[in-house]
Amino acid sequence: MKKLFVVLSLLVVFSMLLSACAPQPTPAPAQPAAPAAKAPEPTKAPEPTKAPEPTKAPEPTKAPEPTKAPEPTKAPAAAPTATPVPTPRPTPPPGRVTVEFWFGLGKPLGDVLEAVVMDFNKSQDKYYVDAIYKGGYADTMNAAIAAFRAGKAPHIVQMFEVGTATMMAAKGAIKPVYELAKETGWNLDPNIYIPAVRGYYSEGDKMISMPLNSSTPIMYFNVDAFKKAGLDPAKPPQTWAEVRAAAKKLVDSGATKCGMTFEWPTWTQLENFSAIHNVPLATKANGMLGMDAELKFNSDLHVRHLQTLMDMAKEGSFKYGGRDGAATVLFPSGECGIIMASSAARARIQRESQFTWDVTYLPYYDDVPGAPINSIIGGASLWVMNSPGRTAEEFKAVAEFFKYISQPDVDARWHQETGYLPITHGGYEKTKAAGYYEKNPGTDLPYKQLTRTQPTENSLGLRLGNMPEIRVIVYEEWEKAFQGQQTAKQAMDNAVKRGNEVLRNFEKMYK
Amino acid sequence: MQRRVIFNNRILPYLLLLPQLAITIVFFFWPASQAIYQSLLRQDPFGLRTSFVFLQNFQTVLSDPLYLEAIEVTAIFSASVTLFVMTLALLLALMADRQIRGARVYKTLLLWPYALAPAVAAVLWGFIFHPSIGILGKTLNGLGLNWDYQLNGTHALVLIIVASSWKQIAHNFLFFLAGLQSVPPSIVEAAMIDGANSWRLFRKILFPLISPTTFYLLTINLVFSFFDTFGVIHALTHGGPGRATTTLMYKVYMDGYVNLNLGHSAAQSVILMVIVSALVWLQFRSMEGKVHYA
Repeated sequence: MKKLFVVLSLLVVFSMLLSACAPQPTPAPAQPAAPAAKAPEPTKAPEPTKAPEPTKAPEPTKAPEPTKAPEPTKAPAAAPTATPVPTPRPTPPPGRVTVEFWFGLGKPLGDVLEAVVMDFNKSQDKYYVDAIYKGGYADTMNAAIAAFRAGKAPHIVQMFEVGTATMMAAKGAIKPVYELAKETGWNLDPNIYIPAVRGYYSEGDKMISMPLNSSTPIMYFNVDAFKKAGLDPAKPPQTWAEVRAAAKKLVDSGATKCGMTFEWPTWTQLENFSAIHNVPLATKANGMLGMDAELKFNSDLHVRHLQTLMDMAKEGSFKYGGRDGAATVLFPSGECGIIMASSAARARIQRESQFTWDVTYLPYYDDVPGAPINSIIGGASLWVMNSPGRTAEEFKAVAEFFKYISQPDVDARWHQETGYLPITHGGYEKTKAAGYYEKNPGTDLPYKQLTRTQPTENSLGLRLGNMPEIRVIVYEEWEKAFQGQQTAKQAMDNAVKRGNEVLRNFEKMYK
Repeated sequence: MQRRVIFNNRILPYLLLLPQLAITIVFFFWPASQAIYQSLLRQDPFGLRTSFVFLQNFQTVLSDPLYLEAIEVTAIFSASVTLFVMTLALLLALMADRQIRGARVYKTLLLWPYALAPAVAAVLWGFIFHPSIGILGKTLNGLGLNWDYQLNGTHALVLIIVASSWKQIAHNFLFFLAGLQSVPPSIVEAAMIDGANSWRLFRKILFPLISPTTFYLLTINLVFSFFDTFGVIHALTHGGPGRATTTLMYKVYMDGYVNLNLGHSAAQSVILMVIVSALVWLQFRSMEGKVHYA
């Protein structure tokens, strides 16, 4: 009896180990739409729990599946806790060339995307795009990678901007958009797309992926709290010195509990900070010119900025609200009077806040010559994937779909309904002509900030291998600095050192 | 009299074992062997370029100071969860084992948390302890303790320990209760007649008699805290702040799925497999003589 028990327990434990230890990227099962980013993020983790039987070891619970990654990039900050109702997908009609499109944009913005796809399907009767929600961006990426390895890649996949380098390096797996255009006879003119958007996804003047949802960080401020603190909401702070003074005044006067915060810390305070001050984040034009780029964000200006944030945290005028989109909630709840957040957070702030608010440009240091220039984008783009057995007709269908979403009408509607930036000049002009910006003051500010100057090599975008990993490294080092465990200089140096290791590792993988 | 069934057919036993074996091989052994194979490769995420690097992945992982940090976090986390869970569960089981009014109701209520998915539990705890919108988070701040699990590593670790334990207590409670109820009442009565107080009764009679259960739970809890706490960490802290809550399991996930470094991730999971196997083996070695099986 004793022996038997020992053997049995060992077997059970060992099988649990084996099951838990397998990192095989299985394609995520198609899931009902997840509620999109909210803080704290309601990630769904349906761990199969079983009623225990008191005489036997319980069924081995499974290892974490790849389906529970959270909302990664700064996408739909504008998202309510939508009830996950699995809408039955319409089956592709017979006789049409059908292409699969995997996307990672959660509700409600994902609904708008699906509506755009449906309209495309209705607009003609030759092609059919089958849009499938695959979970968040990271899940979609993992699913696409697993599908590619199994020879079943989707035709189109939506990928967050920080995955750009990984996708571009996967030469055989993707078909660049300019090649697609050449093969299908699509007269693609890159100049109809907004430079700061197009540039992020181009190699030189060749478009590699198709821009879709792009946003840029701006500064939101609580008008009511400004008035209460004796600040003039008509003259919002423009420089960091002014932001600090305003934030301090907000707290000191008791108008708000916290003066200033920001979501997506590295995106708003490092990536865009570098861009608008026209300083490099990395060499080789932020990685655009080659995989051997090295991180440069431990410059005096970068260290000085982290020091400013640390000082502000100490005096109580700044509150660190957590990684990714965790801090967004602090603004609509009224806790923080100022937030630097994605332009796509607008809808959420509008819905959740109980006060008057306004927007303005990202702040800058006015002693930096030339600052501020244009900011950079975040969001996602559409990639065309290769797979065995692709036909020319299928690629033609993809090209038709891309052509469709680049039309001014479609783009304008996308921009207005989602709060994302227009991807084409035409979409912007159309929206302007319709009087949308007058009716909704401030909605053109992101576009203006993004296009206020011609992008330089520091403000065209980023192409750094494993950027998501580098972001986490910066979070870790900054959090240690905010806790007082290291100085600003140490934090930035460590982050650059560790980040460079990531880049070298990435480079090695493709040698 | 013993009656024995004798199979003359040599194939039949294997045939009867086949379903279980098939499941074990497909879901456990095959993925594990894939993990070992992957741990020897350097490969880009799409599998376009593969090079065989022998044990280089292991070397990189083991010489990484951050990996050693994760081992430390895991050790503290697992030990705390196991201790916390077993102490509380045993206490609850001892109280529920007595003749009290509505004992069944208590038992049922105590089981509820077990039915909850870890991530859901984590989100609930997150709401309760959120520094600015959570009930307890606000209270703690009001008491002058600067509570902020998003920025304070210790707070974050305490939070995930509590959240992980809470869920597991129900499971442990059930086993302890079953163990206590299987103790023959005659022994307990005899002890009481001999004048044993409740502490002595517990120390000398009950605890030794439920030691198989305790031993089993110790193993299960360790394995649970190593592997099954991913959902809690992922939903609450994402391994932060800093690296304060990055356990070995979470690091495997981060390196594999977020950083797309399959070689490193696979090497880590193989190491993890070895660590836990060793732990379990050690436990069986050291406990074997001290556990009484009925």
